[in-house]
Amino acid sequence: MITRRNKKLALLLAMMLILSIFAGCGGGTEEEQQPVGEKATIPVGINVELSGAVASYGSNARDGAVLAIEEINAAGGVLGQQLEGLQRDCKSTADEAMSVSAALVGENIVAQLGPLTSGDVAGSTPIMMDNKIPLIAPAATAANVTVDEKTGETRAYIFRVCFIDPFQGTLMAQFAADNLKAKTAAIYADTSSDYGKGLAAYFKQTFIEKGGTIIAEEGFVSGDRDFNATLTKIKGSNPDFIYVPGYYQEVAPLIKQARELNITAPIGGGDGWDSPDMLSVAGAEALNNTFFTNHYSSQDTDPQVVAFVEAFKAKYDKEPDAFAALGYDCAQLLVQAIKDANSTDPQKITDALANIKDFVGVTGKMTIDEQHNPIKAGVVIEFKDGAQTVNTRIQP
Amino acid sequence: MQEKSKSWLKFLSEVILLVLLFTLVQYALSAGLVNQSYQITLTSMCINVILAVSLNLINGFTGQLSLGHAGFMAVGAYASVIITNFMDLPFIIGILGGCLAAGIAGFVVGVPTLRLKGDYLAIATLAFGEIIRVVLQNIDYVNGPAGIVGITKLTTWSWLYWAAILTILVIVNLMNSSYGRAIVSIREDEVASELMGINTTGYKVLAFVIGAMFAGLAGVLYAHYFYIIKPETFNFLKSFDMLVMVVLGGLGSTTGAVIAAIFITFLTLALQKYAAMRMVIYSLILIIVMIYRPQGLMGTKELSRKTFARIWGGKK
Amino acid sequence: MLEFSQQMINGLSLGAIYALIALGYTMVYGIIKLINFAHGDIMMVGAYVGFFSITLLGTNIVVAMLVAMIFCAALGVIMEKIAYRPLRNSTRIAALITAIGLSLFLEYITVVILGPAQKVFPASAFPVKVYNIAGLSILNKQIFVFVSAVLLMLILQYIIKRTKTGKAMRAVSLDQEAAVLMGISVDRTISITFAIGSALAAAAGVMIGVYYQTINPLMGIIPGLKAFVAAVLGGIGLIPGAMVGGFVMGLLETMVSGYGNSLYRDAVAFGVLIIILLIKPTGLFGKNTGEKV
Repeated sequence: MITRRNKKLALLLAMMLILSIFAGCGGGTEEEQQPVGEKATIPVGINVELSGAVASYGSNARDGAVLAIEEINAAGGVLGQQLEGLQRDCKSTADEAMSVSAALVGENIVAQLGPLTSGDVAGSTPIMMDNKIPLIAPAATAANVTVDEKTGETRAYIFRVCFIDPFQGTLMAQFAADNLKAKTAAIYADTSSDYGKGLAAYFKQTFIEKGGTIIAEEGFVSGDRDFNATLTKIKGSNPDFIYVPGYYQEVAPLIKQARELNITAPIGGGDGWDSPDMLSVAGAEALNNTFFTNHYSSQDTDPQVVAFVEAFKAKYDKEPDAFAALGYDCAQLLVQAIKDANSTDPQKITDALANIKDFVGVTGKMTIDEQHNPIKAGVVIEFKDGAQTVNTRIQP
Repeated sequence: MQEKSKSWLKFLSEVILLVLLFTLVQYALSAGLVNQSYQITLTSMCINVILAVSLNLINGFTGQLSLGHAGFMAVGAYASVIITNFMDLPFIIGILGGCLAAGIAGFVVGVPTLRLKGDYLAIATLAFGEIIRVVLQNIDYVNGPAGIVGITKLTTWSWLYWAAILTILVIVNLMNSSYGRAIVSIREDEVASELMGINTTGYKVLAFVIGAMFAGLAGVLYAHYFYIIKPETFNFLKSFDMLVMVVLGGLGSTTGAVIAAIFITFLTLALQKYAAMRMVIYSLILIIVMIYRPQGLMGTKELSRKTFARIWGGKK
Repeated sequence: MLEFSQQMINGLSLGAIYALIALGYTMVYGIIKLINFAHGDIMMVGAYVGFFSITLLGTNIVVAMLVAMIFCAALGVIMEKIAYRPLRNSTRIAALITAIGLSLFLEYITVVILGPAQKVFPASAFPVKVYNIAGLSILNKQIFVFVSAVLLMLILQYIIKRTKTGKAMRAVSLDQEAAVLMGISVDRTISITFAIGSALAAAAGVMIGVYYQTINPLMGIIPGLKAFVAAVLGGIGLIPGAMVGGFVMGLLETMVSGYGNSLYRDAVAFGVLIIILLIKPTGLFGKNTGEKV
């Protein structure tokens, strides 16, 4: 009796296992369904975080990149060939990023887009350098991603389309001191990411140089949802400005709780804030008097941005966040480089990438400098009754 | 006399087999027959074998469920990188230092927690693993959450291979000694073995420290191959990965752990395309194996030349 | 003093949430001596069911909570039948590993089906009001969470002490074999325990959805662990213990962030667990029992 029931259960569980494998295959075959022209395709590696801690950033950037590739293919591809995006999951770990890159290199990719975090890009870096294939990072902001800090040399095959930490931290410090006339500031940073810590460090440096004082330095970690205790403490020190570098998942409830505690001081942050969830979680009222540095706004009226937002919504039924926009730009930048190089040879693409000038992406016009960072305009965006409005534009 | 020469022969043939396997792969590597993707897989495989075999000593043989193995791996990795990259000392000192540091961490964690039993121990080790990670995140000397980037690549195939062999040899020999019998008796019945005069806490700590040291060794090899380490790499999901290997292979079977580690490494590679599905499959493996073979696929059985001889001899 | 009072309010409302989750942990542990690792993830499933009930079916918050509780009660019973029942006579390690497996399974099957991104609980489901009393700000949702936690605990205490089912539960938890001899159906009692425990988790999940407004597939892990610490702190297996443990944990975390170093908050929570386990493994309210041989 018992054994019979066990057998039934075994069958059930085995079926679940098989089904789940099929479901997985179902997800995997999507990428193969892209229209393939008669000519050979150009394989492009998309090595992003689809599971693990930062899966939501990775999958948004992937969505952006895939959208770009589809648009390019629909418009006839590049050099008469279709692009083929090879999506792989690096599980939000650096060792998997390395292993995935090696596997992608084995599939003769001409370039790799992703991963998202600086750490995962670092894992991928040695493989790309060894094989002399370019990597375009959508959102890796740490200064040492494209430059070897020990030797000061630029990593020849690593590029990015996002700001670096010093730029944003400095920008917000200047804005707080000059525009908001803040004398004292509290920093409440995401200490579980290099992004949050990096921005906080450069903000602090510039703000002190500007004659301000940092009166409180606190931290939260990714996944936190309750910030009341630390906010109450910050409220006690009564700062003129609160700097909250982190990602929107934590920042949105944080701002809401701050306002619920009657903290009225202006709050500022970086591009990690950019998500439609900010408004739906925190609410329009709480977001008044908050500012963040960014390269783009999904509310922008620029026709290229509007077209991107429309296409993204039509395909995925959601608003694109900053990661989606950066992923989109990565793919577009690569296509530009392939066109410039008039070749799909990775070395020639790399040379073309290093010489990109005035490329117009949805996150702004960019020129790649000698350290492989994009020089592009920054904006300080202010929330006004729920709408993102550009407060200050800063040209490089 | 004949007996003695036979065991000599056995020993010699084993050594020759091991060296042969090593040379074969070494040749394939230097001749460029193995592409980069498989080189990485080979590295992960050896590291996973070390982790699975050492965790099996704690979870399988001693019967103490530890969920903090990733924490000791982190200690080993960080300690060795400080030695080799910050102090510019040779790799061998890094390896020894990493193992030592992880062993000390194992001792510090083990002495208080190993008085606990079963699920309490599991939670306590999980908690310690997380504390190690949080502390590393807040030490600026090792760059906090960003971790250390640009670690010199010193891990080679010879280090990996012989480290894995050493791990297996040490643990197999330990389990064949009187220490091993005491350790197994704790798993079978802790109260009874205590009544027999066995210092159960002492043996548990011994197994725990040895397990932690080898986890540290795995951390050292990992850090010097994968270029970057950060605290997040060593979170409790990493410990769960190791647990899957041990459970699949058999709680208390070294050969089982080795086979499972190799299998899981290839499974991970094969499932690279299928994102989150990988974790669903791992979790189903855990559940199904526990329901139908709570002792793991191999149980406490070992694959040995006798097993092969039996299969060879077949119908006898 | 004002700041301290505000921190007390913060701590109590955080503690109420931990207490709610801890209640379910403690019930299941009390009866089958199993740490149901998947408890936090059942809470996550409950939050999602509540979310879809509000957004797709357009129900109000109370109905959503009921739907989530019924769904999760069923889920809990099925989980127990498939995964835990066959293991009732095997080692505790085997049961614990299965629980870990179930936890990972629930997390990642949700990721596969619904994607890893967070979902936003509609703000209209529970309009927030802020009461400013003598410089303190208290939210209606804080009161809501606090009151429902206390209420659910009282109901639970009543069920266990006064009803027949409750008596059966206590009997099974004391001695399974003797309970069988007394004509109690052990299987049925354990099923009911899982149903109630999971329903409580679902209620907590919907409340977290309301309270923090975002839900994601991995949201159950950290509150689940913290609630477990709370249950151990109060003495696992004891209903009032879970309640007090939850509040103590909430206050402790709040005070560490408020007056100590917010960076070490999680380390402190786990540190407390270790200290409790070492000094008094039965928790604050637990009785010391000798080990059975």
